Amino acid sequence: MVLGLVVMVAAIAAMASQVFRENLMYFYSATEVVNGDVPPQARIRLGGLVVPGSVQREPASLRVDFRMADCEHAVAVSYEGILPDLFREGQGIVATGRLQDGVFVADEVLAKHDENYMPPELAEKLGADGTGHSCAPFKSLERS
Amino acid sequence: MIAAVGHFALATALAVSLIQFVVPLWGLRSRNTSSLMLALPAARASFALILCAFVLLSVAFLQDDFSIAYVAHQSNSALPLIYKISAVWGGHEGSLLLWLLMLTGWGLAVASRSSKLPLEISATVLAVIAGVTVGFLLFVLFTSNPFERLLPAPLEGRDLNPLLQDPGLAIHPPMLYMGYVGFTVPFAFAIAALLHGRLDTAWLRWTRPWTTWAWSYLTLGIMLGSWWAYNELGWGGWWFWDPVENASFMPWLVGTALIHSLAATEKRRVLASWTILLAIAAFALSLLGTFLVRSGVLVSVHAFATDPARGVYILGFFSVVVGGSLALYTWRAASMSLQAPIRLNSREGLLLINNVLLVVAAFSVLLGTLYPLLVDALGLPKPSVGPPWFNATFVPLMLPMLALVGFSWRVNWWKADWGAAVRANRVAMLVALVGGLALPLMTPDVRGLGIFVACVLAMWCTVTALAEILAWLRKGRLPPASILGMSLAHLGLGVFAIGVGLVSQADAEKDLAMRPGQQADFAGYLWEFQGTDHLEGPNYSAEHAVIVIRDGAGQEITVLEPEKRRYHSQPNNPMTESAIDIGVWRDLYVSLGEPLGEGAWSVRLYVKPFIRWIWFGAILMAIGGAIAASDRRYRLARQARSADAEMGVAI
Repeated sequence: MVLGLVVMVAAIAAMASQVFRENLMYFYSATEVVNGDVPPQARIRLGGLVVPGSVQREPASLRVDFRMADCEHAVAVSYEGILPDLFREGQGIVATGRLQDGVFVADEVLAKHDENYMPPELAEKLGADGTGHSCAPFKSLERS
Repeated sequence: MIAAVGHFALATALAVSLIQFVVPLWGLRSRNTSSLMLALPAARASFALILCAFVLLSVAFLQDDFSIAYVAHQSNSALPLIYKISAVWGGHEGSLLLWLLMLTGWGLAVASRSSKLPLEISATVLAVIAGVTVGFLLFVLFTSNPFERLLPAPLEGRDLNPLLQDPGLAIHPPMLYMGYVGFTVPFAFAIAALLHGRLDTAWLRWTRPWTTWAWSYLTLGIMLGSWWAYNELGWGGWWFWDPVENASFMPWLVGTALIHSLAATEKRRVLASWTILLAIAAFALSLLGTFLVRSGVLVSVHAFATDPARGVYILGFFSVVVGGSLALYTWRAASMSLQAPIRLNSREGLLLINNVLLVVAAFSVLLGTLYPLLVDALGLPKPSVGPPWFNATFVPLMLPMLALVGFSWRVNWWKADWGAAVRANRVAMLVALVGGLALPLMTPDVRGLGIFVACVLAMWCTVTALAEILAWLRKGRLPPASILGMSLAHLGLGVFAIGVGLVSQADAEKDLAMRPGQQADFAGYLWEFQGTDHLEGPNYSAEHAVIVIRDGAGQEITVLEPEKRRYHSQPNNPMTESAIDIGVWRDLYVSLGEPLGEGAWSVRLYVKPFIRWIWFGAILMAIGGAIAASDRRYRLARQARSADAEMGVAI
């Protein structure tokens, strides 16, 4: 009886830890994506700033293409759906989705409800002071 | 002037609370009755002082006194009156003041009922409450003073976050805090039981109604938060497993377990030390929730405080309070000799299983909420734990619970007779089976076997609760309050579960680009977008859309008018105001995305079957709790101070 209980608890714990690991999502920056640090087919959260001038809408549909960047690199993102109220060029956002042939296909885009908001992970990766405007990531991108 | 007096009231409250904390405990040691007595007036005084500070802060809001930094940050002269009042607790400092008001309010309630408690118990309980008050007052005075001056005073305030300008959110925090803070009372009772080394029937009867009241408020508070998120965030969701939601849900789960283990302990004298541990845990989780929300360690819409000093203080306070209580528990719990053997095959056995399920569920929420923070603290890459984790652990835990709830009051204490339990429930089983299969079939787009199982179990829970009430009515009398309350709460659980099951499985969502005059055929309805015009509100301007919804036969059902608002105080921060047609069987929900040029907009359409059942079920649970807590049994128990309640302290 006790042994049975122990086995049952162990089985449940093993199952739970499996489910738990499957449901963890990690946060990556554009540079890490470009460097190939992201495991293929993994669902990840990508943080970065929307590159000014990169947002292109497909007429009469909800398809949007844009680029997300950190201080060094940019990644092409495609999304179909309604963008959050605060989605704007130059804004820090977090997109959730998968990499497909070098394009990040997002199924969710989050920009928090505060115009100065910067996801903490993103602020950290940008080495910014939390405002998201100090590393001026677009100078090099705009020139290139 | 207001600021100075308010600040002074808070400082005086600190002094009074210190007295209320130290003197009665010293009186307990030195067996000095007058020291014990001091706890009662002190509790009244500290409530009056905090109330005074709270009223002064409210007056500052009503007078647009922007020389107070907190008012300048949270309000604006154009803000409608109701939101000027709710703005008092719309930010960090004010919400802590509200927290203190609730805490001392619970203390006042204990003090005013204290004539029915032995003096040394009420004095200990009030001292523990005062200890918590001191901790929070120090926090407010040194890190989060709501009366801090802002000089020179700005001419205009920054305005309340537009997201918080909603009637649901005006009352959500007070209800939630009543619940959160209310768990301080059972905690204080638990500490008193440990200090006095006894836990008897009288103690259980004092503790039960307080716990149930706190739980009812918490239920209502969480429900209002969910309703607000649904109305205001424009995503059509009612629960996001957001860390802040989890912070309020964990004490709820443990509090629910506590209510049930208190019942088992009172009736069968089992699980006594477990009950004490749960009372400590429910309070610890409330504090942890405060730490999570107030310290800014979370990435969340709710976490508006980001001062590390605050986080460190709350974490320190949390460690002292919880560590101290657990130390006291390990030292004293073994001496609580109220341990009868427990049989699994009995009502108390079912209650034990209920406790295990609820506590495991709370633990899985805790793990999902804290794991990312722990990993982050270790300097590893920070993961996020998504809703799939919570759903994957929650559903398998809650389904067996629904099944057991239906049996709970047909199974006897001490030894279960399952044959009789099944025979007594034959009709209910049939109704649950038919109803549980019919509900999903009535709802379009239901997928999968799981939802039928869930609906049958939820119906079973609902039907058996109804049957219990009906059985009493057929006997020609109203059930006693404790049974009526319990049945209503279980009825609410069933109704809630039906709502959750159907809305999660059968809701329909579509994002569309629509031109003026364009029609969309979606989920059995025709949605016609008639275009937008411009509107001016009191403190915002808006794009206002008109969408006509018709059924398949072309009959008009409703006209929905969602808006996209820009508040003058934050013009770069557009807000989505969704429009909802409410119904018992389904909600129709429309929100505006963004303009796509030439009058076209991206539009989000939802059909949410049975979503009202979720909140209706939660309200039933809260009402059930309130009824059960006001059972006469508890009042009589307090009056009849049994010999058993006389404590070892000589007076």
